[in-house]
Amino acid sequence: MPRNRGMLTQELNISRRTSRRHEGFTLSERHIVSKEEQGLSQETQWMIAVRDKRDKAAFAALFDHFAPRLKGFVMRTGTSAAQAEEVVQDVMLTVWRRAETFDPHRAQVSAWIYQITRNRQIDVMRKENRPVPEALKEEPGLEPDAGQIMAVEQEAGLLRKALSTLNCDQRAIIEKAYLGELTHQEISTQTGLPLGTIKSRIRLGLERLRHELKDLSR
Amino acid sequence: MSGITHHTPDSMLAAYAAGTLPHPFAIVVAAHISMCATCRASLEAHQAVGGLVLEDTQCTALTDGLKSATLAMLDDVVIPDPVFEADGIFPGPLVQALKGRAPQWKKLGMGVRQDIIQADRSGSVRLLYIPPGQAVPDHGHNGLELTLVLQGSFHDETGTFGVGDLEVADETLDHTPIAGGDIPCICLAATDAPLRFHALIPRLLQPLFRI
Repeated sequence: MPRNRGMLTQELNISRRTSRRHEGFTLSERHIVSKEEQGLSQETQWMIAVRDKRDKAAFAALFDHFAPRLKGFVMRTGTSAAQAEEVVQDVMLTVWRRAETFDPHRAQVSAWIYQITRNRQIDVMRKENRPVPEALKEEPGLEPDAGQIMAVEQEAGLLRKALSTLNCDQRAIIEKAYLGELTHQEISTQTGLPLGTIKSRIRLGLERLRHELKDLSR
Repeated sequence: MSGITHHTPDSMLAAYAAGTLPHPFAIVVAAHISMCATCRASLEAHQAVGGLVLEDTQCTALTDGLKSATLAMLDDVVIPDPVFEADGIFPGPLVQALKGRAPQWKKLGMGVRQDIIQADRSGSVRLLYIPPGQAVPDHGHNGLELTLVLQGSFHDETGTFGVGDLEVADETLDHTPIAGGDIPCICLAATDAPLRFHALIPRLLQPLFRI
């Protein structure tokens, strides 16, 4: 369900879910973190500050967290260090410039950045923009919902757990698939077992999200 | 769209997220996702896995100055890439592939028309226009063919396909798609190999029309 791009520091409806408490976190003096927002991961808080407040300190924090990982990620696909840094810079600038397309109700920050990165790598290879699905249309007047944002983050956590239970070979196949080293035929033939684990995880996650959406619309 | 019953296979959604789907297929899959909430949700789940792989990648030291150079560019004025929105029955990714132009239909005989949008070594993607009740000459496939219905419907040996449905046909399927009876069927179709037509005339025309 699309939601309005309001600031999370505004009034939030999280009555159905108790927020997980983290250590209080302050980005900058201008960014007052609400009680509800404290339950979210740092990356999500930074990204929301970038999106809603064009907060450069938050962007710098995102850069410190993601850029070194991105460089390693891009180099794993056989790109030189210098070229990888070009991609990293492009991706991080896209994070800043396209921040309004980040929707924490649907994706954790790393998922959003992952797709930006793969798109960028393909665009560079093909020298034309790859086809992307239309953006979902926002329905006006819907408030941000911290409960659902947290549910997305929790799902990502459960997915991480599922990934960590895979053996080394299975894990390697998953990494190859998402690094773009397997064709779709190879994904369907080689990844049977591990994808099955992940698929059930994904399915459960989506079911849960769907039920929460139903609850909210009552 | 709620009536969609034929979806993008999961392995293709994973390959689409990872960017390994051949370009013609990527156009059709992006168009299908634009019409199908179920496949969009599945794609986003794959993106989540990709995100975890990214997060778990070991950090590699950056060149001094990369961060400051990037921060210095934040206020640069940039012309944003165009955003392609749906135009009538054409989903955004198709509008993007057409580069904003209207379809240019070429007759294939028996009222069937096509517009080849792209054709290169990675395969081809085209629009097909099939009059109501008309059969597309039965054809087999050397490779894989994806067909997304944009208007009307068609049916073949495997079932009925309405607006938003995606048919995946491989070497093993030798089928005769027939358009439904009410309005012309318009489809977006992609292959990673030339089609083989069985009837003699279409086969002779195949090099000519690049179908």
